[in-house]
Amino acid sequence: MLEGTLVMIAKSIVIFAVLLQIVPVVLLAERKILGRFQSRIGPNRVGWRGAMQPLADVGKLLSKEQFTPETAVPWMMAIAPVISVVTAVATMAVIPFGPFDAWGGNFGLYGIDVSIGILYFFAFGSLAFYGLMLGGWSSGSKYSFLGAMRAAAQLISYEVALGLSLLGVVMTAGSMSLVTIVEQQDGIWFIVPQFVGFCIFMVAGFAETARAPFDLPEGDAEIVGGYNTEFGGMRFGSFFMAEYMEILIISAIAAACFLGGWRGPGPEGLAPVWMLIKILGGAFFFIWVRASMPRLRYDQLMSFGWKVLLPLATLNVLVTAIVLVAT
Amino acid sequence: MTPADWRSAAKPVERGPEPGGVGAVYRVFGETLRGLKTTMGRFAEGHHTIQYPEEKTPVYPRFRGRHRLQRFEDTGLEKCVGCSLCVAACPAKCIRVVAAENTPDNQVSAGERYAAVYEINMSRCIFCGYCEIACPFDAITMGNDYELADYTRSDLIFTKEMLLADPPEHTPLRREGE
Repeated sequence: MLEGTLVMIAKSIVIFAVLLQIVPVVLLAERKILGRFQSRIGPNRVGWRGAMQPLADVGKLLSKEQFTPETAVPWMMAIAPVISVVTAVATMAVIPFGPFDAWGGNFGLYGIDVSIGILYFFAFGSLAFYGLMLGGWSSGSKYSFLGAMRAAAQLISYEVALGLSLLGVVMTAGSMSLVTIVEQQDGIWFIVPQFVGFCIFMVAGFAETARAPFDLPEGDAEIVGGYNTEFGGMRFGSFFMAEYMEILIISAIAAACFLGGWRGPGPEGLAPVWMLIKILGGAFFFIWVRASMPRLRYDQLMSFGWKVLLPLATLNVLVTAIVLVAT
Repeated sequence: MTPADWRSAAKPVERGPEPGGVGAVYRVFGETLRGLKTTMGRFAEGHHTIQYPEEKTPVYPRFRGRHRLQRFEDTGLEKCVGCSLCVAACPAKCIRVVAAENTPDNQVSAGERYAAVYEINMSRCIFCGYCEIACPFDAITMGNDYELADYTRSDLIFTKEMLLADPPEHTPLRREGE
């Protein structure tokens, strides 16, 4: 019993430490890769080729004032970034990095293997939106409020499609546990039978993380940063960090549900490496799309979500169900 | 022409395909992939940045930059005879010349007179090159240096000594056709 608790604590620390170290790497990678996509160099003044840039950014944010506007609700402004970070970190617990018997142990290379893993992911994904909503609303600023409203409408609209896109995988695997889903992909990765589901998941995932081309809640050209306009210092830093963790989480869920999770050539001990490669590949895709796509107009966003993605996801579920029953 | 003629003479407006439908989904998907391909091309190509303070943009030989006053290479005498034609030609009125007579024991230029004061106000100069064209002795020429920023306006009034001296740093030249 005690041993189990200690193993859990150790696992939490390792997962938290590893994933939190990846966030600055993704941050730097985004700026460098985005620069390269736009035929420029990106940050290259701090450290070797700009390697210390995330550290400099965080140092700047830490030393800045926690500004609160006169019309704001201070305690709500304080907890909004906390909600964003906590929900993002909590979701990382279910990401599977390897099978239960990996590395000769019986501890499993994941935080916990809950039988409702995907529901857990959705539950915290829905909670994450309260961070944006409260943050925007409590700022007492019109642009923040607009951003929060956009975030609310966008996240609710695309959550439906996101859920339905994973339903096909859940039906094929016969389980909601992410570990079981990955174990079910020993023959063929689910991206092949569920390609439509994968496309819908990625598109809806972009909307869920409020990344370009669905970055309307932030929309710095239109509503000067949206929900995080009035946030300064590390409160803004927390929102920023949560956004990058969301990217990692969406990539990880996509990797686990569609791309075979920890599976890859080589010995089984390399399982976490493969998972990390797939997660970082997903993050690269996020950056790639950000460099390529312009932001959607708001009515395009809504009509795309409700009139294209939702029917497509429903059709995908229907066809999957028919095929599963027929075979 | 009657309105009916205009209608028959008008060319049909080219419009994009109708929105919506399965065809639209296919087109959107295809165009998205095309966009991703375009940016990946830029990614593979590498950057075009010239890291300015370390690397300088090369200029063409005819580039009109910081002025130079020339001397005769053999005798070392100044080419400028203080005729003030550059002052007359200058549209920005940024040149000031005060001429003085050459004497046998103070032979500064090759002519009868020389420029005792020759000043160019670089904060006014528009680098049109008219002074260079107006000069009958090719005494004033436009150089290639473009890094002329300074902290005070008075530092930007270039004196005769500054214009006669070699500029400390040379701007890289690019060949014709490069």
